[in-house]
Amino acid sequence: MSTPFYVSPQQAMADRAEYARKGIARGRSVVVLTYVDGIVFVAENTSRALHKVSEIYDKIAFAAVGRYNEFENLRIGGVRYADLRGYSYDRADVTARGLANVYAQTLGTIFSSVGEKPYEVELIVAEVGRTTEEDQIYRLTPDGSIVDEKNYVVVGGNADSIGNYLGQRHRGGMTLSEAIRVAVDSLARDPNGGSPRSLTPEHLEVAVLDRRRFQQRKFKRILGGQLGRLLDGDQSAAADDEEKPAATPPSDE
Amino acid sequence: MEANTRGTGRLPAAFLTPGSSSFLDFLAEHKPELVPGRRGLPEGAVVEAPHGTTIVAAVFDGGVVIAGDRRATMGNVIAQRDIEKVFPADEYSAVGIAGTAGLAVEMVRLFQLELEHYEKIEGATLSLEGKANRLTSMIRGNLGMAMQGLAVVPMFAGYDLDLGRGRIFSYDVTGGRSEERGFAATGSGSVFARGSMKKLYRDDLTAEQASTLVVQALYDAADDDSATGGPDLARKIFPIVSLITEDGFRRLTEPEVSRIAISITDQRLAHPNGPQAPLL
Repeated sequence: MSTPFYVSPQQAMADRAEYARKGIARGRSVVVLTYVDGIVFVAENTSRALHKVSEIYDKIAFAAVGRYNEFENLRIGGVRYADLRGYSYDRADVTARGLANVYAQTLGTIFSSVGEKPYEVELIVAEVGRTTEEDQIYRLTPDGSIVDEKNYVVVGGNADSIGNYLGQRHRGGMTLSEAIRVAVDSLARDPNGGSPRSLTPEHLEVAVLDRRRFQQRKFKRILGGQLGRLLDGDQSAAADDEEKPAATPPSDE
Repeated sequence: MEANTRGTGRLPAAFLTPGSSSFLDFLAEHKPELVPGRRGLPEGAVVEAPHGTTIVAAVFDGGVVIAGDRRATMGNVIAQRDIEKVFPADEYSAVGIAGTAGLAVEMVRLFQLELEHYEKIEGATLSLEGKANRLTSMIRGNLGMAMQGLAVVPMFAGYDLDLGRGRIFSYDVTGGRSEERGFAATGSGSVFARGSMKKLYRDDLTAEQASTLVVQALYDAADDDSATGGPDLARKIFPIVSLITEDGFRRLTEPEVSRIAISITDQRLAHPNGPQAPLL
């Protein structure tokens, strides 16, 4: 009969954290930063169908890196959580803080449960407020900790070097075009000091939570042509889809 | 909190099970008591509750218009003068409700959520037929209540982006769905509204004319049906008129509807029966 090896709890947790970290570091990064009218999400993603950035609720969006099936599960869980909460109480009662807490509990339980492998995902939950000061960005790590981020956050491979670069260039009150260009520049950099890669709209998935939208749902994807114009620095492209102010936002009264 | 069932705070398995894109299915599995129609009524009890009345819709060139009067009645009493019975279902469709107001409003809320939920989970919108079918199953779920006098009969109108035209679907209490040609009406005043639209409807209406048509039809319904409310000039309560076109859902503003309603009322001072169609 063999005797099981003793593994100290510290060692077990460190191994799990290392396992999750390696899984996340393999993927491309996602950058989330505030701009004057809201929060912009920029991900390097060539797929048009498998999203890294998604809408959760009226003012809340979700971004993730790591293993697709795992974060997709969490995304669907988040949508169900938000819709159920909004249905049983009111749309105003669905908050990013509540959602981040549920994600943290879920990730934390899975991380420390012996029978399960830790999730190899890192999530961002963001909520756009009425002003920049009310914007909230939460980062969730595989072990279930929540980090309340200000202004910008990067997750995925090379997160540190991209974060440093972004930290030097991010400032309050950037326009959408400026914010997207800073984000794309930071994603395109080579962490080993080589020449930056070239990222075109085909390589990017970009979405915003725009507080100026008259619709109840503030989430909007920025696609093809409009994204190209914003990357070229054309300010007027930001208002492209906002030419129909006549529509009434859906109400559930 | 609903997420906490096992004491760990972790999302329960039902939340993380992939497969269904339907909020209603999720609700039925996870919180069946929140599904309308699952709550049984005591045997033989008759509940008196406010009822909403007439909804009309008409297709025009480039879209569809759907409108409803503002009255809710309870027996011989006017329960509410300014009830809203036409709601956007999503960006390209709307639903109008006749029947038990409380249940209908809840059904609309759930229907809106069902469409939004599908859109978020799948990253694509349902087809107009798909939306109409979802509504069918929700009405069927209410059949037990309908048999005890708490029926909900909606009308669904939307712009079909694939076909490039407006479409109207009407329902019966069992969920039976039928697509209507040109125009449709439901609710207690629907007989009179349909008669009115029969004489006034043409294929080549503009959005403006179609809006006038539905307000005329509601006026005629209110003229002969005590449960349907006409334009209330004194209180400035006018019908709700919503247009759905390629540009999406738009509810006419109060000044726009009041202008239509006042011009119709003025014309009726001279001709109480309204516009006359040629005999032959």
